[in-house]
Amino acid sequence: MSTDVLPPPPTTALSAAPGSAVRRVRQDPAWVRRTLIGLAGLVLGLLVVVPVAHVFYVALQDGLGGYWKHLTADPDTRHSILLTLTVVPIALGANIAFGLAAAWAIARFRFPGRAILTAFIDLPFSVSPVVAGLMFVLIFGLQGYLGPFLRRDGYALMPYAIAALALFVATIVYLLLRPASPRFRTGLWRYPGLTFVVGGAALFFGLVWLQQALEIWPRGQSLKIIFALPGLVLATAFVTFPFVARELIPVMEAIGPDEELAAISLGASGWQMFRQVTLPNIKWGLAYGIILCNARAMGEFGAVYVVSGHIAGQTDTMPLRIEKLFQEYNLPGSFAVASVLTLLAIFTLIAKTKLERQLPVAGRTGEGDGSTNQRS
Amino acid sequence: MASVNRQVLPGFSLSLGYTIFYLSLLVLLPIAACFLKAATLSRSNFVSAVWTERARAAYALTFGAAFAAAAINLVLGLLLAWVLVRYEFPGRGLANALVDLPLALPTAVGGLVYASLYVPKGWLGQYLVPLGFHGAYSKTAIVLVLVFVGLPFVVRTVQPVLEDLEAETEEAAASLGSSRWQAFRLVLLPHLYPAMITGFALAFARGIGEYGSVVFVSGNMPYKTEIAPILIVARLEEFAYSEATAIAVVLLVISFSTLVLVNLLERWSLRHEH
Amino acid sequence: MSIQVQNVSKRFGGFVALDDVSLEVPDGSLLSLLGPSGSGKTTLLRIIAGLEVADQGRILHGTEDITDHAACDRQVGFVFQHYALFRHMTVAENVGYGLRVRGRPKSRIAERVRELLALVRLEGLDDRYPSQLSGGQRQRVALARALAAEPRVLLLDEPFGALDANVRHELREWLRRLHEEIHVTSIFVTHDQEEAFEVADRVVVMNNARIEQVGTPDEVYDQPASPFVYHFLGKVNKFAGRIVRGRFRVGATELALPSGTQLPEASVATAYVRPHEVKLQSDQPGSAGLGAVVRHVNSAGPVVHVSLERSDDGSPFLALLTKEECRGLTLRPSSLVYAFLKNARIFPEEAG
Repeated sequence: MSTDVLPPPPTTALSAAPGSAVRRVRQDPAWVRRTLIGLAGLVLGLLVVVPVAHVFYVALQDGLGGYWKHLTADPDTRHSILLTLTVVPIALGANIAFGLAAAWAIARFRFPGRAILTAFIDLPFSVSPVVAGLMFVLIFGLQGYLGPFLRRDGYALMPYAIAALALFVATIVYLLLRPASPRFRTGLWRYPGLTFVVGGAALFFGLVWLQQALEIWPRGQSLKIIFALPGLVLATAFVTFPFVARELIPVMEAIGPDEELAAISLGASGWQMFRQVTLPNIKWGLAYGIILCNARAMGEFGAVYVVSGHIAGQTDTMPLRIEKLFQEYNLPGSFAVASVLTLLAIFTLIAKTKLERQLPVAGRTGEGDGSTNQRS
Repeated sequence: MASVNRQVLPGFSLSLGYTIFYLSLLVLLPIAACFLKAATLSRSNFVSAVWTERARAAYALTFGAAFAAAAINLVLGLLLAWVLVRYEFPGRGLANALVDLPLALPTAVGGLVYASLYVPKGWLGQYLVPLGFHGAYSKTAIVLVLVFVGLPFVVRTVQPVLEDLEAETEEAAASLGSSRWQAFRLVLLPHLYPAMITGFALAFARGIGEYGSVVFVSGNMPYKTEIAPILIVARLEEFAYSEATAIAVVLLVISFSTLVLVNLLERWSLRHEH
Repeated sequence: MSIQVQNVSKRFGGFVALDDVSLEVPDGSLLSLLGPSGSGKTTLLRIIAGLEVADQGRILHGTEDITDHAACDRQVGFVFQHYALFRHMTVAENVGYGLRVRGRPKSRIAERVRELLALVRLEGLDDRYPSQLSGGQRQRVALARALAAEPRVLLLDEPFGALDANVRHELREWLRRLHEEIHVTSIFVTHDQEEAFEVADRVVVMNNARIEQVGTPDEVYDQPASPFVYHFLGKVNKFAGRIVRGRFRVGATELALPSGTQLPEASVATAYVRPHEVKLQSDQPGSAGLGAVVRHVNSAGPVVHVSLERSDDGSPFLALLTKEECRGLTLRPSSLVYAFLKNARIFPEEAG
């Protein structure tokens, strides 16, 4: 602060009526206010409003009928819509399950490495989408680490993948059914390590053997991950990985564990507590995270671009289709698809604004890819 | 008591186990694969991949454009945050919601519409191109679209700080006889610096990685309007995986450093709050 | 159901919350855990409830060892300090939750909820949400919820801490009466001695992760077991002195050691005397008076507060007299009086 100017005697503005005086001190002159509001309006108008209006203007240039035709007549466009509607729910579902688990572990417990884990959740935000796509190409692509094998006899992996999935589900079921009190854990519940190793191995190898014996999966055929649906799902899930978790963690921390402890103390099982107390409490935060995650997943371009291989009618999602139509100078078609995604963005904004009022976290900032939302 | 005993609330091992499993499989493993691949390159191969003339031009453009866009966003973001926090005017709620649109709008849509707005015959291009402002297929176009993409960051970091600022600080400044402008420059602005730096860094980091919108507006001419992510894709399409990976590693290292920097800045600024 | 706490210890990182604590709570008693914050009282309560796990020691319900029972299998009713009502459930749903998770039929739950809401005098509020209730009402809902599944023990964490003074007084009396009615073994945590004395029939004073004293309110107030209990429960005067020939000498006065006090000859010790046990006289018949100068007299209210200063070393102390007792005395600033210390308890010097 500058101290070289002598302070003048206190003005009447401060010593007199405090209410109005305080106002006046923080209030800018009218011309400043008008200019700044005008400038802000101009910025938002030029950067945001005009582009959105332009999308609909071009999309509807040929009238509603033309618009509908652009959207539905082209089989490749139709397929891209269908593909997006397939890829996004899978990636979303995986990230929701992860978000719930991560938020529960991080917001409710203290454990070594907790801070690092929290920081790792944000990692995908600082990876360029193109690089993200490249990573999966490096693993699953033709020249990638698993590429040659996937190409030679990719389906040989499937029995193992299915068995691993079954083992995973069985573990969850085991942990959910296990009595909460160590006292009541008898039989299989008493020795979780032994049960897991012996039972798990039996289940895993039994299932692998069963699938191989029954020859469910074709032999000697290549399994496509890159340039196919699995790659699109992986890339989309990577890019939208943090959204649900990072929205849920502050919400769960703000709510605190007392209601859950109350439920447990009243005799609820872990599953009852989760379904009847935790889930209803975090539902708005969860919805918020899902909506942001969904918007990003639907619109993801860079990562998907790299892993898709741009096979029209096969691996083009909606954003990829926009680019392809644009390259083909089919502007109305391109803008028609773009308008659908713009509508989605507008819906996202409305839902987001409404949800923000329901959230328990005070001073929440609108959130996207930043890492500033940690304050709770 | 924020944390609870693991033996009291259920699901600790299940949730932590699944979190680590999924994180490792989907995020850590691919990142490791990327670094592993780069490590197989010999030093000279690595250098020759990341330090070609074309790559250098791409880096310069990527960082230059991201920096310029973040700097512009710093000014615009401060303006928007100030107006949204301090003034009452019709449509304020709408304006506040619109700030987030660049985050909700798919980048491909942003790129598409910017590409057609600023071409010589576009809505805005017809007036601007004669004035010498080439808002499409140029370096200006890249900066412009990055300004759009990064718009929310500075606003959303500065806004809460501005809201929490105590009235007394300004009143004290006023009572000490400073003008409105002096109060802003000498009292308010220093409080906002940490948030501004964070917002700037976030916009910058986003700008470095951005691909979807830039690919529409830049024209993608090597040496001229080609950014690093586009160069990676170009290398990939030539099946030059090693070169692509090398450039990707450079981008990754810089993004991670920015992330660490942002976290340190946040810690530093939070420390100064108390 | 009686509760036994046997040699329980608990640390949080480097902080010792409970240090080898043992306690017996008789069946049907209403016991208060009293102590300053950080004394371990809430931790002990949570360990009894199964909301925290002890590092060492055992917890018994009657003769059944429940140390290894999870919270959901302990059949305790726990009332949280901030109630922890389920915010998305109505009052009736909150109260019925313990029965619902046990799979009781709906009609039985409804009946029991009605019964309990009558017990806590919240009839007609079934369909309200917690956010629509006052603090006192929330408190009673929390209590009803804890009682619904007929717990063997009722545990309350600072039950009146978050309420304003009027409601607090009303609820204290009410809790006392409720306990007389249902007679379930209850433990509540408080840092307010008045609250503990008013409600509980047994008080456990805790400090620094240990139990200092267990007893009825009268016992802990009149016969504090340690300097800490003296300080924590009301005002106390300290008189430094020395053991001489089996008696405690302070200034020119000698006090007999209370029976059971074992202190080595010539050791330095401190006598603790409640202000209302200090008697004043204007003259000194015989001996044993402690000369003191009156500094300030406050006679507003039912008792007279007299601030004094010892004539020998100038250390201050306080006497509380009835108006009756003051009548024969001239109590003006700087007048000389003689103090007689009743019911002194003497502790070694460094104990406090």
